[in-house]
Amino acid sequence: MSSKLTRSNRAGWLFALPGFSLLFLFIIVPFFFAFYLSLTNQRLVSPNPTEFVGLENYSNLLSLAVVTLEPERDEAGEIVRDEDGEIAYPRVRSITRSDDYPQYRGMGEWFRWHWGDDAKVVIASDVLFMKALVNTLAFALFIVPLQGGGALLLALLINQKLRGINAFRTIYFLPVVISIVVISLLWRFIYSGNDGLLNNILEALTFGAFTPIDWLGRTDTALGSIIVMSAWQGMGFHMVIWLAGLQSIPGTLYEAAAIEGASKWQTFRYVTWPGLRNTAVLVLIVITMQSFAVFAQVDVMTNGGPLDATQTLVFQTVERGYGKQDISGGATISVILFLMVLSISAVQGYLTRERR
Amino acid sequence: MATVTSDNRGLRLAARYLSLVLVSLIFLFPLVFMVVSSLKPDHQLLADTSSIRAFLPVGDISLDNYVNAFERAPIGRFMLNSVFVTVVTVTASIALCSLAAFSFVFLEWTGRNVLLSVIVATLIIPFETIAVPLLLFVSKLPWIGLEGLEIGWLNTYRVQIIPWMVDALTVFLFVQFFKDLPRELIEAARVEGASWMLIYRKIVMPLSGPVIATAAILKSLVMYNNQYLWPLIVVQDEAHRPVMVGLGYFFQLQIAWGEVMAYLTLISVPVIAFYLVLQRAFISSIASTGVKG
Repeated sequence: MSSKLTRSNRAGWLFALPGFSLLFLFIIVPFFFAFYLSLTNQRLVSPNPTEFVGLENYSNLLSLAVVTLEPERDEAGEIVRDEDGEIAYPRVRSITRSDDYPQYRGMGEWFRWHWGDDAKVVIASDVLFMKALVNTLAFALFIVPLQGGGALLLALLINQKLRGINAFRTIYFLPVVISIVVISLLWRFIYSGNDGLLNNILEALTFGAFTPIDWLGRTDTALGSIIVMSAWQGMGFHMVIWLAGLQSIPGTLYEAAAIEGASKWQTFRYVTWPGLRNTAVLVLIVITMQSFAVFAQVDVMTNGGPLDATQTLVFQTVERGYGKQDISGGATISVILFLMVLSISAVQGYLTRERR
Repeated sequence: MATVTSDNRGLRLAARYLSLVLVSLIFLFPLVFMVVSSLKPDHQLLADTSSIRAFLPVGDISLDNYVNAFERAPIGRFMLNSVFVTVVTVTASIALCSLAAFSFVFLEWTGRNVLLSVIVATLIIPFETIAVPLLLFVSKLPWIGLEGLEIGWLNTYRVQIIPWMVDALTVFLFVQFFKDLPRELIEAARVEGASWMLIYRKIVMPLSGPVIATAAILKSLVMYNNQYLWPLIVVQDEAHRPVMVGLGYFFQLQIAWGEVMAYLTLISVPVIAFYLVLQRAFISSIASTGVKG
């Protein structure tokens, strides 16, 4: 294949080098730098020299333990109960601040459940990080079916041969070309508890039966509200990807199905869906990757609140690395985030290999 | 009999259009609300949210919010910054990425495959995971400017431009496109004695209109719309701040929603206008990242 005509080391390097060196300097170097920083105590500005701390940053983030709290008992050995009849337990601090348990020092309660009369308490060295991790995973888990499924329905809707159908495609895609920052601000107003548009629309639709909710101000609705908005914004993007998949399915398959007398659902189940497998994997991966990177929505709408209900990993990276100038802490979360992304691409690799 | 079926067909068609229109409302209502609200004084804006008037330009309509928004924040400056950063980055990106892709596809040289694999591997590094180390890195980088040697890139245009000039996706788009170009064309030109630079400039680039459009659209969207996290942490001074970060001005003690809506409309309308004119190119460029990326 190598012909004298196309072989040129000098020109080859000369053409590729400007681009490659920029990519090297601003993507590859910081990438490895993140690994290095996560093993140090580097701060953005610090009078002290940087020290190598090994895996300390990781154990500070990831340490977990389950401790058992036995109920308080009075002299007769009876379980002490408060006025409401709830069992009284010693405070978690009695363990995390005790000299008897040096391994739990500095840890805090994440959540607890009851086991007989005892309480099992999960304590974490960094509860905020754990919340951000769980929120990020929950974000991905809920937005995948919502955004991916919604986008598939849109694609099926748009894939009809109707006059003027392109106008509708244009409209469904419109939010994709608007900045997520603009969208987030707009929806902050829509979600508002007082004069929020959403509350008013729901009230009108239910003829006043609906009681207004402060969507972003409640711990049980804030994250869900951000998920719904994000799904809404990106649905048109994935609609286009589904559409490309739909149009790659040969028409002869549909004709065969029609001749066999297949119902609409059967046609979808046995012709359309198998033909969309590649596309489904792609949509799944892209949405998951995007949800691991959620930042702007949280920063604009809730700042991580209320009560850390909308903290995410990227938000924590920035809050620590930039806000608190704790570069090594931020970098450690970055590395963990990257490992999550890597495992998702491994899943993609596995799914695509199986297919071929 | 015949009339019944045609009635049915008409009904079914109407139902199809009705569902399309209802779904359109879901995607349009926030945007219509944004534009309409930008024309109303705050008290009316808030009162109108309880009725259909929220979506209608009725009542006390004026451009006052726009005038006030310009007084509150240096909007012209922010817009200029964003447009400048976008135009320079997109231009440089197309030049550098196409040049590299040209070399990977048409030239044979030692290390070519290794370098290309490294570039493709960086596709899975999300920017969010390198933002913090990059912040530390650029804060210590030297630069030789008009006033001699300086240390640190914070609060400049270059910190918003140079790190974004080359990305794996753009290189990859050009590589895919160049692979489909007829190689004989290039070899013939080589036989004629044309230099590589001449072939790149006079043969390959003039044939690359579609991929240049795709790359330009995708990069512009990233640079204009999605530049939030990075400028937030590397640009503190107002003189270099882009539009998305400039929003902070409207969130002081009392939020003037009318002005916020005016600002949101102002910074979104240019992109929407571009999109409506070039919608086919926009949509196909998104589809091409999906199919190939």
